Amino acid sequence: MNDEAIEMTEVAARSRADVDAAAEEHAWREPGTIRTVMLMAGITFREAARRRILWIAAIAGLAFLALFGAGLHAMLRSMSPTLPAVSRHEGVGMMLMMSFYGGSLMTSLMAALTSCDTLSGEIASGTIHAIATKPVRRWALVLGKWAGFVVLLGAYILFIEGGSILISWTESRYLPPHAVSVLGLIWLQAILMLGMTMASSTRLSALTSGACTVGLYGLAFIGGWIEQFGALRHVRACVDLGIVASLVMPSDALWRRAAWRMQPPLLGAIGVGPFSSATVPSLIMILYAGIYALAALLLAQVLFERRDL
Amino acid sequence: MAALTIDTEGLRKNFGTRPAVRDLTLQVGRGEAFGFLGPNGAGKSTSIKMLLGLVKPTAGRALLLGHPVGTRAVRARIGFLPEHFRFYDWLTASELVLFHGRLCGVAESVLRRRVPQLLERVGLSGHRTKPLRSFSKGMMQRVGLAQAIVNDPEILFLDEPTSGLDPAGRKLVRQVIREQRDRGATVFLNSHLLGEVEKSCDRVALIREGTVVGMYAMGAWQTGHTEVEVLTGGINPAALALLSTIEGLMVTANDGTRLGLRVPNEHALPEVVRCLVESGVRVFSVIPQRVSLEDLFLETMGPDQGL
Repeated sequence: MNDEAIEMTEVAARSRADVDAAAEEHAWREPGTIRTVMLMAGITFREAARRRILWIAAIAGLAFLALFGAGLHAMLRSMSPTLPAVSRHEGVGMMLMMSFYGGSLMTSLMAALTSCDTLSGEIASGTIHAIATKPVRRWALVLGKWAGFVVLLGAYILFIEGGSILISWTESRYLPPHAVSVLGLIWLQAILMLGMTMASSTRLSALTSGACTVGLYGLAFIGGWIEQFGALRHVRACVDLGIVASLVMPSDALWRRAAWRMQPPLLGAIGVGPFSSATVPSLIMILYAGIYALAALLLAQVLFERRDL
Repeated sequence: MAALTIDTEGLRKNFGTRPAVRDLTLQVGRGEAFGFLGPNGAGKSTSIKMLLGLVKPTAGRALLLGHPVGTRAVRARIGFLPEHFRFYDWLTASELVLFHGRLCGVAESVLRRRVPQLLERVGLSGHRTKPLRSFSKGMMQRVGLAQAIVNDPEILFLDEPTSGLDPAGRKLVRQVIREQRDRGATVFLNSHLLGEVEKSCDRVALIREGTVVGMYAMGAWQTGHTEVEVLTGGINPAALALLSTIEGLMVTANDGTRLGLRVPNEHALPEVVRCLVESGVRVFSVIPQRVSLEDLFLETMGPDQGL
């Protein structure tokens, strides 16, 4: 008997004992829900972090921060040294808000673009077949993927918005008010986009899912403007339309709440602008957005659980 | 312990109004290597997906290891190599098998030992730390095979495991199938390569238009006749005249020395030899032609309908 044959016989003998033992005990192993979620979150984070799109987003983010830093530096240099610190900070606060708006837009788009093919792409390529036939709950797979992206988006927000704060602090010793809750609101906005994209990608192609969510984001943006103009000109119908748009997709409401939290007093007095807020979405709207984000995740889980793979 | 590892009755799947599988009725026993054959579009993939719990049946009943298909308890005890196996290409071969082992709930201490063993078993021990993006199609199938058996499954589903494999790879798959069967696991093999199925399986089922049309123990299928090749020193008209008296005999080829005959069954062969010898023909050999699985397949499926 050659070595290979001996080895095969040994493997067969060992394995037969294993099968018999497992079968007799009717025992079976499974990783458990928390472990499944952690495993999927880990692999999804690593998969997304390796995408070229993320590197492009990182480079875009660096360019964005460099532009912000250069702009801020130039603005501060143009200010008279005798200008009171309050006035200087007013200007820095306005620029920082513009930077935050750009960062929130980039993060929201990133949420849609990086996650749109995580389910649809893996269903189409068959990658999901080897995973979904393991002793794991399908909804836990979706939760794990979602969690991986949530962490990734959080990291991106810290990089791009945290970078802006760092630049403003270094250049002018200015820190925006309520920075933590503002970053939290921008993160929730990205999570909202993520949930919607994942829910649609259980049934639609990657491109269509991404387009759907970005379309909803656009709708919310327009709705936000209509609401602000309505509030300034006291047109009730416009305000109502804006609220309806926010109920359909509360992403812009989250940004407007964040902008209101961080805006310097002067900007608040000027009123409407893409980076500021004339009408402030209520805390109930923020709570609604939170529930909306969770409902989107739940929808993704139910749709994935029910579909044929 | 359930004697049958796969037990389905009237399993059906409709996509819209179109039936992909009409009636899948199968019984497969423990330790069997079972071949599942059919032409393109016959419903093989949908059938295997129903057994794996990936696709929900429209009607019918399906049990694996005595439990309804798709439950986690069942999935913990099966392994699956999908057709054209692919995975995140930045993972190394070790990481891939480790990840799937963890998804199966295999203990870390066991995996530390088993992952290198499995990679060695599938001939990839030299490529353990290489990323999958550098792997050929055949290497991907090998690593896919390793992940399919990481949990010592009681039923191993292989969907076209040898497509894209070189002869050494195909031999390896055959060996793994034999090992799995020897240790008591059931192997369910879906393949177009009939020669591979013939070498590996104990039984085969043929599926056509979503319905199981035949189930045979390997080599025990019956056809209505036996083909025979006779080598002689030279055939004469008297021999042919005498042969024509045998009921049901037909001469299918005659090149002067080599005679092709179709007889009702092998019991007619002594009579054939007698006729030839009595006519003065020198007989060197009489070889009944074995009906191959391919012959059976083609006969069962009928003429090619085209695509």
